[in-house]
Amino acid sequence: MKKFTTTLAALLIMGSASSFADGHKVKVGMITTLSGGGSGLGIDVRDGFMLAVKGNKNISVITKDDQRKPDIAVQLADKMIQSDKVDVLTGIIWSNLAMAVVPATVNQGKFYLSPNAGPSKLAGKGCHKNYFNVAWQNDNLHEAAGGYANSAGFKNSFILAPNYPAGKDALTGYKRFFKGSLAGEIYTKLGQKDYAAEIAQIRASGADSVFFFLPGGMGIGFMKQFSQSGIKLPVVGPAFSFDQGILKAVGDAALGVKNTSQWSKDIDNPANKKFVKDFQSEYGRLPSLYASQGYDTGKLLVSAMSKAKVKDKDKFREALRKADFSSTRGKFSFDKNHHPIQDIYVREVIKEGKILTNKIVSVGLKDHSNAYVSECKM
Amino acid sequence: MTSILFFEQLLNGIQFGTMLFLMSAGLTLIFGVMGLINLAHGSFYMIGAFSAALIAGLTGSFWLALLASLSGAAIAGVLIEILIIRRLYRRDHLDQVLATFALILLLSEGVRWCFGAFPLYLDIPENLNGTLPISNDIIYSKYRLFIIFMGLLIATGLYILITKTRLGVRIRAGQNDRQMISALGVDISKLYTIVFALGASLAGLAGAMIGAIQSVEVGMGEPILILAFVVIVIGGIGSIKGALIGSILVGVTDTIGRIFLPELLKIFMEPSSATSVGSSIGSMLIYILMAFVLIIKPSGLFGKT
Repeated sequence: MKKFTTTLAALLIMGSASSFADGHKVKVGMITTLSGGGSGLGIDVRDGFMLAVKGNKNISVITKDDQRKPDIAVQLADKMIQSDKVDVLTGIIWSNLAMAVVPATVNQGKFYLSPNAGPSKLAGKGCHKNYFNVAWQNDNLHEAAGGYANSAGFKNSFILAPNYPAGKDALTGYKRFFKGSLAGEIYTKLGQKDYAAEIAQIRASGADSVFFFLPGGMGIGFMKQFSQSGIKLPVVGPAFSFDQGILKAVGDAALGVKNTSQWSKDIDNPANKKFVKDFQSEYGRLPSLYASQGYDTGKLLVSAMSKAKVKDKDKFREALRKADFSSTRGKFSFDKNHHPIQDIYVREVIKEGKILTNKIVSVGLKDHSNAYVSECKM
Repeated sequence: MTSILFFEQLLNGIQFGTMLFLMSAGLTLIFGVMGLINLAHGSFYMIGAFSAALIAGLTGSFWLALLASLSGAAIAGVLIEILIIRRLYRRDHLDQVLATFALILLLSEGVRWCFGAFPLYLDIPENLNGTLPISNDIIYSKYRLFIIFMGLLIATGLYILITKTRLGVRIRAGQNDRQMISALGVDISKLYTIVFALGASLAGLAGAMIGAIQSVEVGMGEPILILAFVVIVIGGIGSIKGALIGSILVGVTDTIGRIFLPELLKIFMEPSSATSVGSSIGSMLIYILMAFVLIIKPSGLFGKT
């Protein structure tokens, strides 16, 4: 018995000693959507992130599937914070899940790095010193789409988005920049796949253009049905419905559509070239914008870790804020509310051989920040 | 808001309804004959769509793909019935729900394992692409007319099967008195397998037809499954006629409601809140409909009391 207790004590001392020595180690909890509808997005974020931290012995990542359900995401976050003792949380794709998880996480003194969701509440009044968004504020790509609609000469747009926080942010973003009038505005059910009713309304509305934000499988259905309906209106949207993961499923219906994105695989900088090449050789597919966001999140974390220990919260936060990493997007910095300042591009869907992909047509908004900076008291 | 738009939306509702019918017909048959609550019915919808996408990718033919969806889902149905479902008939409903829920998880992950997490490509055939003028003003998608046509064709086929054939007599007998029909020498377990496979193949066909205009992805069946349950509760559990009427009712209510409710509310409210309140109520409408039906007829429109 005595022998046992001494061994135990020795083990305990060794254990605590090693955790003292490991001040540089960071435990990351990744909560993302890995099963069911929308899992393609979560898988891309995860793969991008893992690629960025590959071979880094100081980072350990626990990955869990939120099944796109807010209650499950909250349970996972509680478990990761309380029993796994993670230092940093990341991974959430959907804004409604982010709204459920992020405030509690950052209030418990953990860092949250968002690789995708950027609801307006967390950028404005609900901003927090421990919350960083590495992707965009939700409105951003839609604002660029509104700006593009002006330059393309659209006067009367029909706009639609799903009825959830990011959908409302999307239409707000488009309307903020679009100078023309609206032929109609619809909120659809989240997860809706059939748009026959909405397309009939578009036909009857007399619009000269259509703007839509329908991420994941929702957009596949809409684009296919829209092109079958024989309506010949120009379509513009954010990159989410035209990213690499789903273009194959949309097929030629997407060809030529203009979409806005903060990232594209043909952005010309060394970090991006390396990312596209490494991602392809690691996973055997082209990366999507979600993958680039996951990758940049990983790179940001690594850059902060080289400057400060994660237990030293103030220094670590300062290191994150500097965003001293080479982003796949080129120029990248954080605004006061910890959301990116970056260029947003207009892309066009093209065919490279037999593969549908995107190429940059122009820069939509240069050094673009977001509309909520002034609301954030930080 | 013109009458043309209304008519077009009515057609959209009917199309949605006929698709729901394909799902709920199988569900209600299986429940009526075997007394089994099959939550995994949505998985056959998914299996059908994936079989179709696979065959369409290999052969390029949409018609072969439809055939593949029917047979793929039927084969999966037979296998699952023999291996798993057969053991559940004598158990209570809670066990059935647990087991078939487990099946959803197994089948979804299995399909993801085989095909990956990214949606597959399945498109409609060239000759059904585009629109057809129904009258001077009304043009409607050819493919959606095709779905309506197929739905009605299958409804007629099922009607004939149930009322005019020997198999139909057995199915109806099975619904009424399980013990008696097996005492009369009918191989009840074979009958169950046939009914289960029939239900599965109808769901598979629906998956393929809808997958071609929406997306073929893992988990596509579950949202439809919930609606199919609403349909059979409204129509009366076990009744094919109820399933047909219920599906059309749900399809039309959902489509018309979600489009015209926001418009209606705009009369009283400012446009942006009308849009958001209207679409929220619009998505609740079918459940409100279900509640009303249950208040008036607790066993559904055509259910046995």
